[in-house]
Formats: sequence, structure tokens, C-alpha cells
Amino acid sequence: MTWLLVALGAAIGAPLRYVAGHLLDGRLPRGTILVNWVGALLLGWFSGLGLSGDTMALLGTGFCGGLTTYSSFVVQSHDRGKVLGTVTVVVTLVPALLLCALGFWVGAQA
Amino acid sequence: MTKPPPLHVSVIAAVAAGGVAGAVLRYVLTVAFPDSTTGFPWTIFAVNVLGCFTLALLPHLRFVRRHALLPPLLGTGVLGGFTTLSTYAEQSRALVQSGHAGTATAYVVGTLVVCLAAVVLAERFTSAVQRGRFAKGGGDL
Repeated sequence: MTWLLVALGAAIGAPLRYVAGHLLDGRLPRGTILVNWVGALLLGWFSGLGLSGDTMALLGTGFCGGLTTYSSFVVQSHDRGKVLGTVTVVVTLVPALLLCALGFWVGAQA
Repeated sequence: MTKPPPLHVSVIAAVAAGGVAGAVLRYVLTVAFPDSTTGFPWTIFAVNVLGCFTLALLPHLRFVRRHALLPPLLGTGVLGGFTTLSTYAEQSRALVQSGHAGTATAYVVGTLVVCLAAVVLAERFTSAVQRGRFAKGGGDL
């Protein structure tokens, strides 16, 4: 029944992403950038805490996976053209990767 | 056909339902084909590439354009829930930590490049007007 926990997490994460994107996206997709940062930070933290099994299915695979998106990130970057698209890629990926490492480090201290 | 306002409960519910379907599908695939923790994470790579290609193709499909709830349900919901940036980031971090920085770099850059190529390919089947309407309809958030 682990998949039910994945479903529950995604049922919260995905609409949060939609609302953030709807409210904050502009010339840059600020809402999508924000949720991808938050999701990467949280998943790093959960991994650092050593979460696994059902808890990770709910919070990691479901919630963080539903909150973050690669498809919208790439389509939005591409559709914004060379300059804004490149900015979107860099501003999404560099902080997301660093925040994930930071989250893991914080979690591993606990 | 009247379109529900963007934050109408029907749109939020469509995104939630789609997100559940996409995330569970991703979960099932990672159980069937678990990614190695020391090698290239092929399963999530394939999930993200397939999700990017399909999202870029959706504006081309006539039935998607005809129903106001389908762009948020299928694009933002199913494909947004299916693809993941958090797992991609965490897998990259874990690869670096376990001494596989080369694989991590190939994964980070390779996913981005192949996903962009998939989007370029899929968008050859769509027009700017179709993409604009799809985005306006909340399909790619």
C-alpha cells in the first residue's frame, strides 16, 4: 500500500506547484523555480535524516516529487527563448543542487 | 465552453488528480527498475525525458485543446507529477558524495540536454498559437 502514500503526497505537492506557478510566474517562471528549490532542499533534508520506507514514499517520492517538475521547467525554459531560457535554467539548477546538498548536510547533523 | 478561473476548485482538483497518477506511475517504474546509487540513474532520466517530450507535444493534440481542464490535468498534473527535479538533485548529490562526480555531472548535464532536445523535437508538431493557449490554460506549471 506504499503507493497510496505516494499518491497522498503528490495530491498535496502538485496543486501547490500549480498555485505557486499561477501566482508567481512572470517573465521568469518564479513560482516553478521556487517549488523546485523547495522540493530539492526538502528531499535532501529527508535523505540526510535517513528517512526511508513509507515515510520517504509520502514525503519524498510523493510530496517532493509532486511539488517539483522537470517537464514544466524545461518547456518553460525553452519557450522563453535564449536569454530568459538560459537564465531560467541556471537560476533553477544551480541553487536547487546546492540547496539539496545543504538540506542533506543539515539533516545528517540531526 | 466557459473556462473555469485559474484557481477554481475544479482546476486545483484536476492538477491534484493528475499529479497523483503521474507520481504513482513514476513510483511504480522506480520499483520495477530501481536506479543504482553508484551508476547513472537511467530510470529517472527516462522518466524526465519522456515527460518533457510528452508535455511539449500536448498542445498539438486536438482533444487536449478542446477541454479546459485537460491542460492542467495532463500537463501540470500528470506530467508535472511524473517528472521530478528533487529526485534528480538528490541522486546527483548522492553520486558526488559516493565519489562518482563524473557520473553526477553526466547525469545533470545529460538530462538537461536530452530533455531540451526532446522538447525541440516535440514542438516541431505544435504552433506558437497552440503553445500559447496551452500555457495560458495552465498546462505547463
